[in-house]
Amino acid sequence: MDFQVVVLAGGNSKNLTPLISKDVPKPLLSVANRPLLYYVLHQLRQSNLKDLIVVVEGEDAALHVGSWISKTFVDGLHVEIAAVPEDIGTAGALRAISHHLTAKDILVVSGDLVSDVPPGAVAATHRRHDAAVTAMLCSVPVSGSLESGSSGGKDKTKKPGRYNIIGLDPCKQFLLHIATGSEIEKDSRLQKHILHAVGQMEIRSDLMDAHMYAFKRTVLQEVLDQKDTFRSLKQDVVPYLVRSQLKSEALLNGISQAEENGNEKLSSPNNQVLDSKILANASTPSFHELYSMEMEPDDSAQTRKTHKCCAYIASSSSYCVRLNSIQAFMDINRDVTGDADHLLSDTSSDCDNIIGPSPKLGSKTTVGPHCMLGEGSEMGDKCQVKRSVIGRHCRIGSHVKIVNSVVMNHVTIGDGCIIQGSVVCSNVQLQERVVLKDCLVGAGFVVTMGEYKGESLARKEK
Amino acid sequence: MGAQKKGATARVSEDPEELARNPLQAILLADSFATTFRPITLERPKVLLPLVNIPMIDYTLAWLESAGVEEVFVFCCAHSKQVIDYLEGSQWSSQPNFSVATIESHNSISAGDALRLIYERNVIHGDFVLISGDTVSNMLLTQALQEHKERKKKDANAIMTMVVKQSKPSPITQQSRLGTDELFMAINPVTKQLLCYEDKAEYSKGFISLDKTLIADNPSIILHNDKQDCYIDICSQEVLSLFTDNFDYQHLRRHFVKGLLVDDIMGYKIFTHEIHSSYAARIDNFRSYDTISKDIIQRWTYPFVPDVLCGSTAIKVERQGTYRASDVTLSRSAQVGSFTFIGQGTKIGNDTKIFHSVVGKGCTIGSNVTIEGSYIWNNVNIEDGCQLRHAIVCDGVIMKSGAVLQPGVILSFKVVVGQQFVVPAYSKVSLLQQPTQQDSDEELEYADSTSGTGELHSEKLNGDIAPDLSETASELGTGGVGYIWSVFEGVQDEEWRHSVAPIPTDKLVKLMLDEDEEQLTQDGNVLSASGELKADSDDNGSEDENNEDSRDDYVFFEKEVEATFLRAVHENVKVDHAVLEVNALRLSYNMASVDCAGAIFYSMMKLAVESPHSSATELHKNAAEMITKWQKLLKSFLHDIDEEIEVILKFEEMCLESAKEFAALFPQVLHLLYDKEILQEDAILRWADEKEGADESDKVFLKRSEKFIQWLKEAEEEEDDD
Repeated sequence: MDFQVVVLAGGNSKNLTPLISKDVPKPLLSVANRPLLYYVLHQLRQSNLKDLIVVVEGEDAALHVGSWISKTFVDGLHVEIAAVPEDIGTAGALRAISHHLTAKDILVVSGDLVSDVPPGAVAATHRRHDAAVTAMLCSVPVSGSLESGSSGGKDKTKKPGRYNIIGLDPCKQFLLHIATGSEIEKDSRLQKHILHAVGQMEIRSDLMDAHMYAFKRTVLQEVLDQKDTFRSLKQDVVPYLVRSQLKSEALLNGISQAEENGNEKLSSPNNQVLDSKILANASTPSFHELYSMEMEPDDSAQTRKTHKCCAYIASSSSYCVRLNSIQAFMDINRDVTGDADHLLSDTSSDCDNIIGPSPKLGSKTTVGPHCMLGEGSEMGDKCQVKRSVIGRHCRIGSHVKIVNSVVMNHVTIGDGCIIQGSVVCSNVQLQERVVLKDCLVGAGFVVTMGEYKGESLARKEK
Repeated sequence: MGAQKKGATARVSEDPEELARNPLQAILLADSFATTFRPITLERPKVLLPLVNIPMIDYTLAWLESAGVEEVFVFCCAHSKQVIDYLEGSQWSSQPNFSVATIESHNSISAGDALRLIYERNVIHGDFVLISGDTVSNMLLTQALQEHKERKKKDANAIMTMVVKQSKPSPITQQSRLGTDELFMAINPVTKQLLCYEDKAEYSKGFISLDKTLIADNPSIILHNDKQDCYIDICSQEVLSLFTDNFDYQHLRRHFVKGLLVDDIMGYKIFTHEIHSSYAARIDNFRSYDTISKDIIQRWTYPFVPDVLCGSTAIKVERQGTYRASDVTLSRSAQVGSFTFIGQGTKIGNDTKIFHSVVGKGCTIGSNVTIEGSYIWNNVNIEDGCQLRHAIVCDGVIMKSGAVLQPGVILSFKVVVGQQFVVPAYSKVSLLQQPTQQDSDEELEYADSTSGTGELHSEKLNGDIAPDLSETASELGTGGVGYIWSVFEGVQDEEWRHSVAPIPTDKLVKLMLDEDEEQLTQDGNVLSASGELKADSDDNGSEDENNEDSRDDYVFFEKEVEATFLRAVHENVKVDHAVLEVNALRLSYNMASVDCAGAIFYSMMKLAVESPHSSATELHKNAAEMITKWQKLLKSFLHDIDEEIEVILKFEEMCLESAKEFAALFPQVLHLLYDKEILQEDAILRWADEKEGADESDKVFLKRSEKFIQWLKEAEEEEDDD
């Protein structure tokens, strides 16, 4: 498949402090005892998309990620790691690696997507319509609390997945309108000429742009070149392409002439219609073609140039969440060990079962359902674990209660600790009788005895 | 009455079986409350105008009868006498199980008034069909009624069901084939609730805007541009009382429907029912008259087609959709083409060609006449050699030999067109003079219904109208009788939109080009709307436009401020008062205090330049005086550095444009402002910094004041050293 995949893995994220730090960049954040990036790469491998560029923000982070990938996905994936400066936005990141892009179509996936939607299906939809861009849309997660995790939100790319307002054509194949971010708060302004061409538009507010896009490479590069102010794919590039789909003349003129393989619309509109009819299995040409044909009553050379913006709508039963807030982190941990445990199947070498191979459990210690216990972890007597994830090589004392929490690797928990709704990062030491409720404990922190509620505990980073 | 009303409201809660026992009622508005069919409607009500030789109201009544309606209240206002007389003389007065009652009014000026009057009469006892007398349909009401009743049972607020039909407007004119403007409807796909109804979307060019609360409340909305409102409404009784409660509701759609959609306090809901295979359309203008006539001839409205409707007068349908009454006298050499209707007793001469047209009863058409796409009503006399294309010719018209009607001509009753006269395209000709009382739009909209005018004229018509006609004979050539109505300004360009004539190609081409251009400019708007950075190349066009707008505003504001300032100077107004006044201006023009500072400074400097001076030194002195005297006023708008910078920029601009004399004095005045503590050192330095990167041409004044800035910088450094 002539598809190149760009995984925008990110690096640092303010939303997720103190869970991530310099040593643990976002792609390597442990989600159900596996780095976040694993989920995307796994899905890509499943779809046989093997030509990957993983873009990481920051050189150090790139090194970390690179070494992890080379360790984990030794075979089967051809991965390049590219480091880009921080805070240049998703569009900026693509611009920075633009010269690496060679395939006809580019699939851009956000590295924080935890989903079981096959990327191959998105790619196939894209190909079938010969679209300029195809966006994957999924139902808004039921938890719906993504918004609550938003704080600051200066960096557009890291903004939690807000609800989008999305306009679709009657067959739900084409994307006619997309509003993200602050535009959602305003009254929607829909372009009449698109509405005129299509006749009716379905406006959905229950779909979310999952940040998985397939682009025609030429189009993408052209947009990135021409619009050097675009920072974000989601907020700038995709809405721009959607807006201009019926008058792409200005934009795509150059390409279609220059690169026949990219865009054949110019040369033979009739063949084009025929082609895409066959491709789309449709008996009637899409409104794009109708619109572009309608201009030439006297068969003048003046045909309208259009490009297609397609949508792939994931079925409502599929799982699709972006990890971009603490809340999402908790949700995903819970879901992956619970309802969406199929995401963990077909594991690779260093992965483990729900309960690792060699945990030592003390007497009368119970581990409830939807829990995960990493290999080499030890637990003392009379412990209780419910709906929680515990990492590898943790040493947990007696009379410890862990509920609705995430405990990462190499954590030491003293006797009589109670941990509820909290995240405890790697190498943390909890002294005896620590009570944590809705707390975040950053890596390497030492928690002294006492009760903590809703606090964020982390070492001060210099 | 009071008791009855109470009964009416109580009935709402009655069980459906009881409701079902009520005969199905309908309100038929036999008055369009519009002026689109003028001048014809000055003499005859619209519902009695022949549509393929049968009065429109007959189509409506026939459909109502077939749809199971048992009781129809015909509301007549303009020319009510004619309507009542017609109904009394027609078959409708003697139908079993179908009663037609008339309600007459002389002072209703809108559909709202009509419904209020009907409410007062208290004749409607349940759900009813609201329709106007110019609607042609063959849809089955059962399903829509059923849906309406079920919804009503579940939700008492679901008070109306509108019938809509698929109809995609032309992509070029944005007009449906019925000649109505494009309509945007937002409908919830599941419940079919109507959420938004926008038929006058012109003002928001390029965009249609949807309220955010709608989107928040409905996870899925379908925005339709491809539906047509059939103007057939199934209403609950509440609709009538709503009209009474909201006495300002006039127009059914513009006020009532939109009013309900906007008003979320009462929570009334409107739903839609889409028909697919059946026909429903309303004759709203001449274009829809043309379209619907063709649809009838092509039998889309079956069984409501001429040969079925008037079974008595044998009308034969021949091949290619030609309808011919039995006693037509047709010359052998005459050609009657496809989709043409020829009425009873009509005589057609040699070599005459008629295509796609309707010719009424008792017409006499001479030889060598060409009639194409035209509607010729009864007893029309067309002499030899006339040519008619896409025209409407009313009863009793005489066209003298060789007369020509260009496309879109309307000849009202008894007009006489002189020999060889060419009636220009889109002319409306009537024996009656054009009414002149077209003050406002509102009046124009409803003027037709002020029954006074209509009837007054018709009386006059019956009397001796001939004398004053003779003088205008020249308007229609020798022997012609009638006035050619002038088209109002602004409407002229739009005339072709609603005419019987098809849209000329040149208009289409022009529109198409316009549209493309519009889109190009739109593009810019779109981009900037989404919060994209402004540096975009595409943007520039529209960006400038926006600036232009605000600049205009600013110019006015500046003028006002200047006037205020001058008054303050001449009348020695206290500074405090002047500040107040400028502040008031600022609020009313929605300006920031930056703008105030700029404007005041501008006025001050302008005054300094305008006051007499012979040399630069004197000018400097003037300026110094001015600044000293009014520094307090200026300072009250200088709250931070940005505003001070604005003053400098303004001054720079003045030096370049309006007051070049200051150019030489720039550094001095700058220094003066600094001395008077109007400008802080920071502001000047920042201005200098900003200008550092500018074009050479922009730096003229920076260079001139280099010394001063240098001095400032040094002073600052010294301070730092301390």
